[in-house]
Amino acid sequence: MISVLGGGVAGLCAATALAERGLAVEVIESEEAPAPVSLLAGGMLAPFCEGEAAPAQVVQMGLSAADWWEAHGAKVHRRGTLVVAPARDAAELDRFARLTRGHEWVDPGALEPDLAGRFARGLFFRVEAHMDPCAALAALRRQLAARGVRFHAGPARGRIVDCTGWAAAAHLPDLRPVRGEMLMLRAPEVTLSRTVRLLHPRFPCYIVPRGDGQYMIGATMVESARPGPVTARAVMELLSAAWTVHPAFAEAEVTATGAGLRPAFPDNIPAIRRAGERIHVNGMYRHGFLCAPHLAEALAGELVEELAPCASN
Amino acid sequence: MFYGVELTSRLMLGTAQYPSPAVLRAAIAASGTQVITVSLRREGAEGARFREIIAEAGCRILPNTAGCHSAREAVTTAQMARELFGTNWIKLEVIGHADTLQPDPFALVEAARILCAEGFEVFPYTTEDLVLGEKLVEAGCRVLMPWGAPIGSGQGLRNVEGLRAMRAHFPDTPLVIDAGIGTPSDAARAMEMGFDAVLLNTAVARAGDPVTMARAFARAVEAGRLGFKAGLMPRRDMAQPSTPVFGMAELG
Repeated sequence: MISVLGGGVAGLCAATALAERGLAVEVIESEEAPAPVSLLAGGMLAPFCEGEAAPAQVVQMGLSAADWWEAHGAKVHRRGTLVVAPARDAAELDRFARLTRGHEWVDPGALEPDLAGRFARGLFFRVEAHMDPCAALAALRRQLAARGVRFHAGPARGRIVDCTGWAAAAHLPDLRPVRGEMLMLRAPEVTLSRTVRLLHPRFPCYIVPRGDGQYMIGATMVESARPGPVTARAVMELLSAAWTVHPAFAEAEVTATGAGLRPAFPDNIPAIRRAGERIHVNGMYRHGFLCAPHLAEALAGELVEELAPCASN
Repeated sequence: MFYGVELTSRLMLGTAQYPSPAVLRAAIAASGTQVITVSLRREGAEGARFREIIAEAGCRILPNTAGCHSAREAVTTAQMARELFGTNWIKLEVIGHADTLQPDPFALVEAARILCAEGFEVFPYTTEDLVLGEKLVEAGCRVLMPWGAPIGSGQGLRNVEGLRAMRAHFPDTPLVIDAGIGTPSDAARAMEMGFDAVLLNTAVARAGDPVTMARAFARAVEAGRLGFKAGLMPRRDMAQPSTPVFGMAELG
């Protein structure tokens, strides 16, 4: 039996990959644990855009993410990512283009008619995608339950795969929290069909359409363990960025706000770590939905080999 | 000498905006810097984990009050910094304008006066204004940090003549060019002009390869300093032939 601790993106992907290989799995969700921060994610499957700041390893891990999620019941919107910048920060676009691949220059208005005349040029990452992270995780839960995987509050009965994010800090001394803050807006006047990233030297932001006029606006990155609700500064920065993309966002309803602590290793690369018998899948940073499938498959491959009876002997 | 501390490296490095703490650590090592600045206003006391990683780099920490818009905010942030880092050093930044991030000279002097009286060793982020510089020295600052250009703009030394005048006006006060440095040649130029050090962040943090850029700046700062110490040749309007003109063959 393998006990996966944590029901966030890392835990559910790991449980899925393990169960699919025929291993007995349970998912332990402690009752005291806060809701998984994955539920606050943007749900962007944008490996090339992340490559602006993330190492090639993250880009590589993320290349297969959209296919994995689609094969596991998520509704993946393969609409690409559109990257724009305010006129006076146009140099940021050139920098972004230099540091990434998989893009082409476009007229933003030709892709998203609502942006016509607002931005002279943009970068289009055609193969990227987005999805609703909450719906994607709910689909994994349904499939795991259908396979007979039990979800309970413990105690764990088997080999531990710890996917509890920042809550695992006591086991992982180099893990650190990176606070993220996001908003949900209902803006029926705005019609965007794909993720739009706004480059800005100080407050970069992204807008992910969730359908029915709902948009997720994210996300701040603060080197802090502060757990509380979103700050006024974060709301101001995110809203002003959204307003820059389209002024009609000023009339939107703020339907939800969220703040959480992303777990990150010093190199910001999600990883499998072993500490004795305990295996960690952690450090998802801002790449949870992008990298968790790859790590889950890698982990399952390793464990199948480890747990297989030594038939040849 | 910065408040009695002799530094062998004249490059000071900011720690924001790096792709990861691992890259930051590598950039600090490649730059050879001995002083790094750390912001506190937004991260607060809860930023402990990141600060521990930074502290492991073994550099002297110069906490800053980046993001403060009033003397009161800056003073409170400085007091928290002293508690968290156990240092009297503080890079005092009081922003007057959200767009250009240029310092508010009045609030800057007010905060400097309060902090110096409380025993802080203040590194004020200022402009090249001479009167403002005098007021800061009068308030107790023994280092001045004039901007090269607005923070994060990468415009280099925007007012070279003004900075030259400042250097001449404060011959005995350590002057650090802080903010606006975009390229290694900007840093070299500042050092050639006789400034005591440069402090920069974005130019390294947001380079395609921050570690290599850190190395480039280290060399530029060293080259500029050596050039200044060796004595730069004067500029001339005309070519000066290096062989004598007398005795040339008269053809014709």
